[in-house]
Amino acid sequence: MTSADRVKPRGIVIGTVAIVLAAIVFIVPFVFIFLTATKGQTEASLLQFTWPTEWLLLDNVRQVLETRNGILIRSFVNSAILTVVSVSIMVVLAAMVGYVLQRRQSKWNPLVNMLVLAGLIIPPAVVPTIWVLQGLGIFKSMGGLIAVHIAFGLSFCILLFKAFVATIPRDLDEAALLDGAGPLRLFFSVVFPLLRSVIVTVIVVQAVTVFNDFTYALYFLPGEENSTVQLTLYNFQSQGLNQWNLLFTDVLLITIPPLIMYVFFNRQIVAGMTSGAIKG
Amino acid sequence: MSTATKPLSTRRSRPERSRIKSPYPTWFYIPAGVFYLVLFLVPTVVSFYFALTRWSIFDVEFIGFDNFVQFFQEPSLVKGFVNTFVYAFLTSGLKVVLGLLLGVLLTSQIIARGFLRSVIFFPALVSTIGVGVTFKVLLDPFDGLINQALASIGVDGPGWLTDPAWALFSVALVDVWKGVGLATLIYIAGIVAIPQEYYEAARVDGATALQNFRFITLPLARPATVTVIILSLIGGLRSFDLIWTMTRGGPGFTSDVIASVIYKQYQAGFYGLSTAGNVVLIVVVAAIVVPISLWLNRKGADA
Repeated sequence: MTSADRVKPRGIVIGTVAIVLAAIVFIVPFVFIFLTATKGQTEASLLQFTWPTEWLLLDNVRQVLETRNGILIRSFVNSAILTVVSVSIMVVLAAMVGYVLQRRQSKWNPLVNMLVLAGLIIPPAVVPTIWVLQGLGIFKSMGGLIAVHIAFGLSFCILLFKAFVATIPRDLDEAALLDGAGPLRLFFSVVFPLLRSVIVTVIVVQAVTVFNDFTYALYFLPGEENSTVQLTLYNFQSQGLNQWNLLFTDVLLITIPPLIMYVFFNRQIVAGMTSGAIKG
Repeated sequence: MSTATKPLSTRRSRPERSRIKSPYPTWFYIPAGVFYLVLFLVPTVVSFYFALTRWSIFDVEFIGFDNFVQFFQEPSLVKGFVNTFVYAFLTSGLKVVLGLLLGVLLTSQIIARGFLRSVIFFPALVSTIGVGVTFKVLLDPFDGLINQALASIGVDGPGWLTDPAWALFSVALVDVWKGVGLATLIYIAGIVAIPQEYYEAARVDGATALQNFRFITLPLARPATVTVIILSLIGGLRSFDLIWTMTRGGPGFTSDVIASVIYKQYQAGFYGLSTAGNVVLIVVVAAIVVPISLWLNRKGADA
């Protein structure tokens, strides 16, 4: 990291070329989103990569939020509820499994490990899942979608927790047990707080995943009125309305939450998403 | 480890053993297990039955393997099956190659490494729908920025998403655009973990940069390669949302994949056929990812 101070001239040339290429390939699309979101309707419909003649970003934001009686605001509220509730439950339940799985050697371990990996690899069977949700009476409900996200997201979280629990010394458990802590106290008051850093990682990665999810919302919480932000954007797009400025304002708005996450939790997101190398 | 504790527990008398409970209760599995069992395991298992039925909103009728026969006979469905492999192998191949090159570039002595890493990684966090909507506009055959840029240097760009020969390929490229940052970061982590001694020894022996890459970086970054391949195969084989936003499997059914066939049949009310597609997808993913990960991980252990 400190090696940046001995950058050679060649490094400057390659770096400059790389920056220019990265700018074209990775930044231009985002600038395009932003510019189109700031234009008026006629100007935006040309789909040109040009500087807007008038800055109408705030007007566009207001307009898109007012569309169809504030459907976008409702969907933001829905997405927020979905993300917060499903990620909170996922974190606690997965931490419990990862903890016991790492600490206790039993004949169940191979089976549990296999199920966790299966949950990571096997694509969910969607129509039978709908059948189960209908049987439970929670199809097309927020509760149903939350439960589905918990079920599908657990495996990833369990792997991260299991790997992290291995770094917490067992002496600590024994000390707490000697002090008279029961299993519940031991986990929730001693071990769980020590998992803080991996909890942050799991929260940010899963929050971004759940917030950005489109497929499960499309299957399990379909509809126009009471949906998530991704589905609302999709509906806006497929209704073929020619208001490109509003469409891209919507894209811009739903990109802001992950951007904020990235700015504040850059390190944890990278750690969590590159942790695929963890073996079960 | 478990063998060491066994004699102890058998020596204990019964009442004593029941009093000393493990501080790691097995019931901690139950809450998570309920979600997993009810919403993942049960649907997966019953899908193998429903795939053998003619299933609509009204009733379920057992018809044997007819759905699978139809799946592998109807050209539109076969196309989706073939495309799934093309898409998955194309995207993971490109992610490995580009991720490795970018990983090497971004661990070398160049300026603005941190900035470049952030810029390349950020698309991974943007919603797939947002990316799809944006690139659908950028790839427009006439007004799209990409074809306008190509025209300005005298190249006549194809109808990326409207030409049947290009549609699947174009979506795969956008998928790579979105996912290459993650592959790059995995490679960066792998390359940084290579002990510097190897490079120092190579320098003493007068190795060129290319030799360094070929004989040190490439073999020792192998765990990263394994991770990138497996992650992008798992993602690529079940890929749905990007394809659905950008082409909906079109034009015609030329860019359909199994996942989009599943959705189309579900929408049309053919739940049995849709579930048969799902079973095919489950089998394909298991049959590709499990052997590949076993093989790659074993070879890694030998080296």
